[in-house]
Parts: sequence; structure tokens; C-alpha cells
Amino acid sequence: MSALTFSLKAAPARRLDLSPLTPDRLRDLKQKEILGLALETEAEPLLVDDVFEVKGGDAAEIRFEGGSARFDLIGHAMSSGSIQVFGDVGYLAGRHLRGGHIAVNGDAGALLGSQMAGGRITLSGNAGASVGGPLSGELSGMSGGLILIGGKAGERAGERMRRGMIVVSGPSGDYAGTGMIAGTLVLLGKTGHLPGYLMRRGTIVLGRGAQSLSPSFADCGPHELAFAALLGSRLVELEVKTGKLFKSPLRRYAGDLAALGKGEILLG
Amino acid sequence: MSQLMLNGVRIDDTFAEAFGMVATAIIITAPTARWAEQAAVTMTGFATSVIACGCEAGIDSTVPATESPDGRPGIKVLLFSISLGELQKQLQNRIGQCVLTCPGTACYAGIAGGSMLKLGSTLRYFGDGWQISKRIAGTRYWRIPVMEGEFLCEASTGSTTDAVGGGNLLLMGQTRRTALAAAETAVKAMTQVAGVILPFPGGIVRSGSKVGSRYQGLIASTNDAYCPTLKGLPHSALDQDVGSVFEIVIDGLTSEAVHQAMQVGLRAAAALGPEAGPVRISAGNYGGKLGRFHYQLKELLA
Repeated sequence: MSALTFSLKAAPARRLDLSPLTPDRLRDLKQKEILGLALETEAEPLLVDDVFEVKGGDAAEIRFEGGSARFDLIGHAMSSGSIQVFGDVGYLAGRHLRGGHIAVNGDAGALLGSQMAGGRITLSGNAGASVGGPLSGELSGMSGGLILIGGKAGERAGERMRRGMIVVSGPSGDYAGTGMIAGTLVLLGKTGHLPGYLMRRGTIVLGRGAQSLSPSFADCGPHELAFAALLGSRLVELEVKTGKLFKSPLRRYAGDLAALGKGEILLG
Repeated sequence: MSQLMLNGVRIDDTFAEAFGMVATAIIITAPTARWAEQAAVTMTGFATSVIACGCEAGIDSTVPATESPDGRPGIKVLLFSISLGELQKQLQNRIGQCVLTCPGTACYAGIAGGSMLKLGSTLRYFGDGWQISKRIAGTRYWRIPVMEGEFLCEASTGSTTDAVGGGNLLLMGQTRRTALAAAETAVKAMTQVAGVILPFPGGIVRSGSKVGSRYQGLIASTNDAYCPTLKGLPHSALDQDVGSVFEIVIDGLTSEAVHQAMQVGLRAAAALGPEAGPVRISAGNYGGKLGRFHYQLKELLA
């Protein structure tokens, strides 16, 4: 059966909450029922029919033909299946994701994969601030799963991350991995100021260094780590280009000693 | 006992009797094959028989760097025991004392499925709070800081309750030299079979045992019926042309693997002929009442 396809009729005039359009929530709905679903906006709701043309039928595989920086909460809390977006997405794409795969061929707004617990998000373009991070007042960010970003990431990527892995192939903003609780953050491009600020545990790999490192990280010298080889081969499996990063010793900085201090920055 | 012939070698029409066991497997890697092998050899030392060692262990195969989890040369080790509890204890002690301590090593699961046995999830406490947990592709690993650098260990490994222990062959030569040649040739062929180990020194036992003893408290004693220095006595099972006997004990992850190992071993030894190798090949059993796996030698010839 072909994928359930949502083709954008025209660029949306308002922000759209697309959280109802996930494989979990559309599984048992007929096309007519889907067209009648309400999508919240910042004003009165719109119907799916107002925004999209809908074709096909297999809700386990959803395609968005055309995207927008106003597409918020794509794949919210989904547990299985796949969503492909040919275009940009807005805030909170993959928020609370538990399983399945969200692939975005475009850019994403802030809080991509916010508090996700499982599954995978693949983004070909750039991500906004706080990838995997928490909303204000939440104590932890991403707690599992995988986010692969082909382009740049904004500031605070991996904020308060607890488990899982984020890989950014391009440059990253300031305060990457701030307040990290655990997990793995691989930043292959140049990183901004103070990565790992107040991190407790977890691993940040810096492929091309950072603009500044906090003095509260202790230089533990270069090391050949079997773990690095394992991580490197996992990234190769994921088709991430790491060059020679994992083939030579990595310099280990332990920190942030201003917090628990059991995390690390591995510098290529 | 009726006998069959293969290449001039007498094959007893009997069977090897083997027992159900639990088993696990791990892969040890190191920067060089030499240190991976050293860790494997150390870990599988004093693991010849569950009677006194707690487990039977040995090297199953080498794992080329291209196929190992971390791209370094590795060795696959199998451990067999009589219960999962004992297997867990042996695994933990042996990895803790022999692999963790060995330069450059890392340790990974070598078998999937079955009851999970702890590897790094107990050894991590050696890290005294500095250990780091990492989950990669759904698998948990522990990184433990050690004086050399860092010990990487997968959190757990699988196990199987389909394992078989105690498959065996008795190789009888006219002299010690020809009997040993037969045993060494058989061992060389059998170690090529995946999923089996030969737990005794170099794969060979020169002092096969029988169950029980005339002395209280001894559960096994010398297999006097196969001792050549006693071959003139009435209870001897040896012919006049037999001057020395070696046993090969085989443990396998499956009954099929034990069957295959016994088959290639028997054929390889018999191929030497009675002058250079064995004059007779037999197998040990307990009348068929103790072990649930029986390997008929005549079926191995088929």
C-alpha cells in the first residue's frame, strides 16, 4: 500500500500544530475522517482539508509533500512507523518521540526531538536551538533514541540530555550539551563557546574543537579508547562521515568540575 | 566388542555418552592478536573439567579484526558449566582476574539469546564510581578506568541451555608417539569446527577417568581398564598391540557441533593409519544411563 501523503496546498498563514498526524493516531481513521481532523493554530483551528491534499492510505508511512517553518510538533509522541517531510519543519518536531523514524529533508526549528525517548530523527538541513532539549521548567531533555543532523545545530544542542545520541555533522552553537546528565553528543563541525557547560555525566565528542572550553574541565591527555572505535564504527554504519576522527587518539577533558564532573569532552 | 575398520584402524562399535550443559561465549579483543590470545589462554586456564574447576572453557576461534566489534583482533572463548549460577560465577571471576588485568583488552558478548549473564554490569564496580555506561546501537557497555587506560566491557552476554559436554574419543596407538600423533591430528581437525572446545591441555587428556573410586570421597579415579601398564590384567579393555591411550573431550554449543567435531577428529586420526597413528579408536560411556546424548562411532563413519 502506498504512503499516506499530505501535500501542502499553500504556505500556511499561521503556525500549525501537526501533532494529530502521526501513524499512531491515524492508524484506524478513514481518509474522510482524516480530512476532518482539526489542527490547532495560534488562533481558531483549521481542518486538515484546509491545509493539505491527502492521498494514499498506509498510515504507518506518512509523507508530507512540502514543508514550512510553521509545521510544529511533527511526529509528536509517535511510537512506530515513519514520517517523511519534504520541506522544513517548525518547533518541537519529534517532541516525546518513542519509536519509529522521522526524516526531514529540510531545516528544523528549535527543540527538535525535545524530550524524545526512542526512535530516530534524521534531518538533512539545519536545526534550531536546544536539539533534544527540555521546555522551560522540565528537568531533563532527550532520554533515548538517535538524532542525526546533516547541517548545523543552534545553541544548547543536547541540553540536559539524559540518554541517547545526537550527531551534528556541521557546526554547532554555544553551550552544546549544557547541563548534560548522560548520553552521547557528537559534534563533528566547529563548536561555539563553552560546550559541556555544567554537564554532570555523558560524552561530548568534538570533531573540530570549540571556540572556547570552560576552565572547569580537566585535561586528561590523549588516549586510544576501544570505546571510540566502537562509536566510530557505529557512526560509519549510520553513514555519518567522520573522516579520521576515531582513528587517532582523542584528548579527554573531564568535567564539568563545576558540577558533578563525571562527564567528558573528547577532542579529535 | 564388535569392531569396524577404517583405513586399517579398528573402530569399536560403541558410543560416546555426553551430558546437557549450560554455556556462554565472549569475544576478547586487544590491540594485537598476541594479547587477545594471552587473555583467552589465561582465562581458560584451569578449566578442564567441571569436576574440580567449576567450568570447562576453551578457545573456539580467532575473530579477525575486520569482524570484531571494535576493529581489533579478537578471540572467541566458550565456557560450559552445570548451572547458570555457577557459569555466572566462573565468568565473572575469570574475566575480572584474567581479562580485565590483561593489557589492552576489551570484552564483548559472544552469544545472543538465552538467559543473560552479567559481564560489565558487575565488573563496573571496579571503577569505584569512575565507570561510565555507554549505550551504542541498543547495547550497553561499561568503560572502566584502569592504570593502563580504559577497560571496555559489554554489560552482559547471552547463554544457551542446549550445550553438550563430554563428547569424547579414545585414541589408542602402539606407542605413546603414535597415539599422541593420532590425538594431535584429531585435535587439529576438531578445532576447525565452530562452536566446540577441547578443554584439556592442548585438547588432549592423558589420564582419562572413570566414575568413582575404591577410596571414600573420591568421585573419579583413573580409568584403569585403559591403562597400558595394566593391560595384561583380566579387567583391561586394551589389546596387546596398544601401548598408549589418549582421550579427547569435546564440549559444544550444540549437539550437532559435537557430532561434527567427533566425526572430523575420528576421520583425521584414522587417516594416519595404524603404523603412524591409532591402531584402535573407541569412546567412553556409562552404559547410556547417565547422559542424554549418545554419539555412535559407526554413525560417525557414515
